Amino acid sequence: MKNILELHDVSMIYGPVKALQNVDLNIREGEWVAVMGSSGSGKTTMMNIAGCMDKATQGTVILDGEKVSRLSAKDLTAIRRDKIGLIFQQFHLISYLTAVENVMIAQYYHSMADENEALSALERVGLGQRAGHLPRQLSGGEQQRLCIARALVNHPKLILADEPTGNLDQANQDTVMDIFRQLHEQGSTIIVVTHAPEVASHARRIVHLDFGRIVRDVLNTDGSAAKDSVTGAISL
Amino acid sequence: MFFRMIFGAVTRQKRKLLMMACAMALGISLATAMLNVMLDVGDKINRTLRTYGANIMVEPRGVAILSDLYGVREGDGVADKFLLEAELPKIKTIFWAFNIVDFTPYLDVPASADGSENTVTLLGTWFSRHLDLPTGESVNTGVINLKSWWEIKGNWLDDGDESGVMAGSVFAAQRGLKAGDSVRVAVTGHDGRKREAALTIRSIYHAADKEDEGLLAPLALVQRLSGLEGKVRRVEVSALTTPENDLARRAAQNPRSLSRHEWEVWYCTAYVSSIAYQIEEALTDSRAKPVLQVAASEEAILQKTQLLMLLLTLLSLVCSALAISNLVTANVMERGTEIGLLKALGATDGRISLAILTEMLIATILGGTIGYFAGIGLAQVIGQSVFGAAVSAKGLVIPLIAVLVFSVTLVGSLPALRILLRLRPTEVLHGG
Repeated sequence: MKNILELHDVSMIYGPVKALQNVDLNIREGEWVAVMGSSGSGKTTMMNIAGCMDKATQGTVILDGEKVSRLSAKDLTAIRRDKIGLIFQQFHLISYLTAVENVMIAQYYHSMADENEALSALERVGLGQRAGHLPRQLSGGEQQRLCIARALVNHPKLILADEPTGNLDQANQDTVMDIFRQLHEQGSTIIVVTHAPEVASHARRIVHLDFGRIVRDVLNTDGSAAKDSVTGAISL
Repeated sequence: MFFRMIFGAVTRQKRKLLMMACAMALGISLATAMLNVMLDVGDKINRTLRTYGANIMVEPRGVAILSDLYGVREGDGVADKFLLEAELPKIKTIFWAFNIVDFTPYLDVPASADGSENTVTLLGTWFSRHLDLPTGESVNTGVINLKSWWEIKGNWLDDGDESGVMAGSVFAAQRGLKAGDSVRVAVTGHDGRKREAALTIRSIYHAADKEDEGLLAPLALVQRLSGLEGKVRRVEVSALTTPENDLARRAAQNPRSLSRHEWEVWYCTAYVSSIAYQIEEALTDSRAKPVLQVAASEEAILQKTQLLMLLLTLLSLVCSALAISNLVTANVMERGTEIGLLKALGATDGRISLAILTEMLIATILGGTIGYFAGIGLAQVIGQSVFGAAVSAKGLVIPLIAVLVFSVTLVGSLPALRILLRLRPTEVLHGG
């Protein structure tokens, strides 16, 4: 499997704050990686850099074989549009558009809106019957599934999810994790940023960040690696 | 999808867009009213000023030259030239005939009253003369319309009343005369014959001018007494005119100095000088002169009123632009997350700006349309209350208003667009 994302000696410095320090990370195609860490550990900064929403102050970022660390804002917009699917904790749905239109808007800015394809994406996440509803008419879990459908519809190379279950109850959290599992089985590359061990436990690889550095990077074949982080174990 | 997105934004954010439409409607209603009044105010002010007298004086050519050069008048015995009464209807047949509001001829002769050695001026004129024009139209014109501000104790005379006379207030006061009294008038005619008439004073007039020292009588009576049948000394004309400009001033000095094109423009514009020129063409051996003080005052009043209207229009538009700017900026700030999301999804600044501007334009076009019709109504209120007449809706205002709606929306949206362009998705979608 080739690397879909490579971070080489990446740092992000805001004045005196070092959000990321000399991070090296390779993520292979089809991997499901959880990035864990406490608040301020730099996990969201890393997601912003990986998702081409921000540029590192130092180091090299390669996405799908393309060096993106020195691209202009306009080029980064094009990369995001073509290669990244974003899922947010607060869902960020457009309040005045229906569920299907919220999916179509991602298609519209990517290439061309196709309502049938958008409906298929909604059906994949179990929202086929809710296509004509506005976001406020959907439950939190449904809104998150809608957010996932929007991220999937353009078949991105990389799906980035920032605390995707942060606002969900247990039942909805399980539903979302099931969808991620299916996507992983279908070959999608997923990076989930979370501080919840039970969410991370579903991933096949777990990267721990602390004070902007990777302090642990382990495979999670049996789901136990996430639990180690709760006890504070560090293994480099 | 673009129109679906815009439709969703417009139909599901009615309150926000309605506020924007209201701000635009308010500004455009004022602008429409002011522009319509401004474009129509020339005619309105002209008509109002026309009730305060003539702005063109027509005299026989020789008299006018002597008067211009040496200040001599008929009484000095050097300028016994006249205009022909029969030609006067031609004044209403010139190119700018419809702009001739009123005109009246005068024939003034020295006369003695009740045997007094001191002569008084007996002034003959039309009071309200009915004219059937060669064009098939008919008009009533005369001193009653032209001197509407004169104070009359009693009634104006009829043109056919050759036994009546109106006495000036000073003349009547000096002799202790009142309406109903008789006065015997003797006139030594142009032919040397002395003619007398016993006339009844029908009314006393106060003109606040030298006319108050004399008598006013029907033109035909004065012509008969002076032996000057069919002749008049001068004609006062009241015409609706366009403010003078450089072309008009050059033409007034010498029409032959103009190029053919300039001459056509000048001739076909209702400048006081071009109307005067056309009157000279119509009346044999005449010299028509603009009464410059009146013309200049009209021009000054018109320009100042139009400037005031223009400033009010600009002010209302600036207020409207500020209100729209605030509303658009608040809207963009409120929708920061949505805009950040669109950027994260790969929308370029241009496409987001286009979508936002389209929403704004839909709201402001709606507001502008409502404002336009409200402005037409407001213009009528202004017209009726200030000028006592309706203000006509000028077609020119529609494209002007369209340009203003677009400009105000664009200018008002600039600060919001600036914020939009600076907005980074990472700042609004999640913390760092």
